[in-house]
Amino acid sequence: MSGILILAEHRRGTLRDATLEAIGAAGTLKAALGGPVTVLVIAADPAPLVAAVSVGAVDEVITVARPDAATYEPHVYEAVLRAVIAQRSPSLVLMPHSVDSFSLAPAVAIGEGLGFATDVFGVAVEDGQVVATRAGYNEKVFVEIDFPGRSGVLLTLRGGAFAPETAAASPTVSALDAGAGAARSKHLDWRDPPASGGIDIPGSPFILSIGRGVGDEANVAQFLELAEGLGATLGCSRPIADNGWLPKARQVGQSGQLAAKCNLYIAMGISGSVQHQWGMKHVENIVAINKDPEASIFTIARYGIVGDMLEIAEELRKQKGIQ
Amino acid sequence: MKILVPVKRVASLDDEFELNDDGRDVDPDFCEFDLNEFDEYALEAAVQIKEAAPEGSVEVVVLTIGPDDADDVLRKALAKGADRAIRVDDAGLEEADRVAIARVIAKVAENEEPGLVLCGAQSADQGNAQTGMSVAALLGWARTAVVSKLDFTPGAATAQVERELEGGLVERIEVETPAVLTIQLGINTPRYASLRSIKQANAKPIECLTPHDVGLADAEIGGAGALSRVRRVFVPERGRGEIIAGTPSQQVARLLEIISEVNG
Repeated sequence: MSGILILAEHRRGTLRDATLEAIGAAGTLKAALGGPVTVLVIAADPAPLVAAVSVGAVDEVITVARPDAATYEPHVYEAVLRAVIAQRSPSLVLMPHSVDSFSLAPAVAIGEGLGFATDVFGVAVEDGQVVATRAGYNEKVFVEIDFPGRSGVLLTLRGGAFAPETAAASPTVSALDAGAGAARSKHLDWRDPPASGGIDIPGSPFILSIGRGVGDEANVAQFLELAEGLGATLGCSRPIADNGWLPKARQVGQSGQLAAKCNLYIAMGISGSVQHQWGMKHVENIVAINKDPEASIFTIARYGIVGDMLEIAEELRKQKGIQ
Repeated sequence: MKILVPVKRVASLDDEFELNDDGRDVDPDFCEFDLNEFDEYALEAAVQIKEAAPEGSVEVVVLTIGPDDADDVLRKALAKGADRAIRVDDAGLEEADRVAIARVIAKVAENEEPGLVLCGAQSADQGNAQTGMSVAALLGWARTAVVSKLDFTPGAATAQVERELEGGLVERIEVETPAVLTIQLGINTPRYASLRSIKQANAKPIECLTPHDVGLADAEIGGAGALSRVRRVFVPERGRGEIIAGTPSQQVARLLEIISEVNG
């Protein structure tokens, strides 16, 4: 039982950044847990992805080429990953806490009898045993999890929690013919998110974002005017886009946009779910405006106003002379 | 055909809360409970399949695992269109993790033989995103996570679904049935319960079972069936930002100052 195995996540031919974060995490744990650090690439043609995962502490890349893995398919991936785990007995298996992993990680952990925790943002090794930290009760507490009696542990890692590794390395590369198993779902096609219509959340330095606190669709239009008057781009949280009150291109968060270039983010009536925070918690200047003083958005905000977003908006319009 | 919808009673914490004496969970006296929001969408998806099928051909069965009080979320589900409710009592499940809970659900599914199991994509309180897909693994059924569109005709060998990926990308796929699907927010608009349906729901029986009743062996129950253990819960020390006090007028004056400071 040794070593760290990382499953590479890729989509439409491109490695996902979260894999580099998992490699970064493995780099920090390698000394305590022991190597080697191995990355598994499952694809119809894995060769073009090998260079991208040959970074940091990676000692070895295993490629598995299968025609039924042209796109991610959970039952195929399960068969391959379980075969590799059974052969290598890694003490730690890492993958991103992603939509793909949701349908894969539980089957692998149950099938191989691995210790299992998800959405983990801290990993420690104590007396050779893995201890994972994640959040609970909507981020209000942290939870330490251990895995008594388990010689291997599978963790899915929260996006942005571990520094990505990008320094080039020269791992050995080997091809493996792994896993029986057959696909039980069939890819039909991709649908890209609707065109943004000129809305640029990723490129905007100043975002004013609204959430459930807006209350009613009739209140939404005034925030478009307010954002314009302040020189900000209007963003929103998921429920606002789900209701069709604002287009999806304005949604900040895991299933929407990353506020990549933002320097000032004003969150009005947004409680701050993990999924929303994924899109904005890195922003240097976050202002949270919320009625609930316990809303988790306040824990990441530089400035906070406990109050009614509609009242604050009215006052903003008044003081800025916005009609 | 039956559709099984396992639902969770999720907790939101009071402003002030305390931990249990062993420091491994929050004292439930400081929790308010409600039906998991994700599960409301899963239930609505099931009820819509039922309503599109010939009358009486589809039965929506809801299931929760918890103490007596958890009947509340089952009543809510019954009022929103579920036909039958089962509660497996959680006595003996204190050390259960999500996988151990999934073992209970999978046993109920084996007994009920539904054509589809629809779960919420995750819970609003703990967000593990493990339970539904663990049920699929234990049953050995086909599975898809984070479904944002579902087309299924009862009796068909496949379902056409869309799964929503990071960044709003959507993959359209066809998945074998019976299947376990986890349902994303926004897939539909969950209905409100009418006063009449709430009254009717309160009159319906709730089947109450134990983990042994559903057919679990001791080695699968609670901690014995778990893959993890909570060692400690703690309140993180977090820096809190500057809270801007005062009247709305004073607060906004300061906010405008901040905006011009930051934007230069």
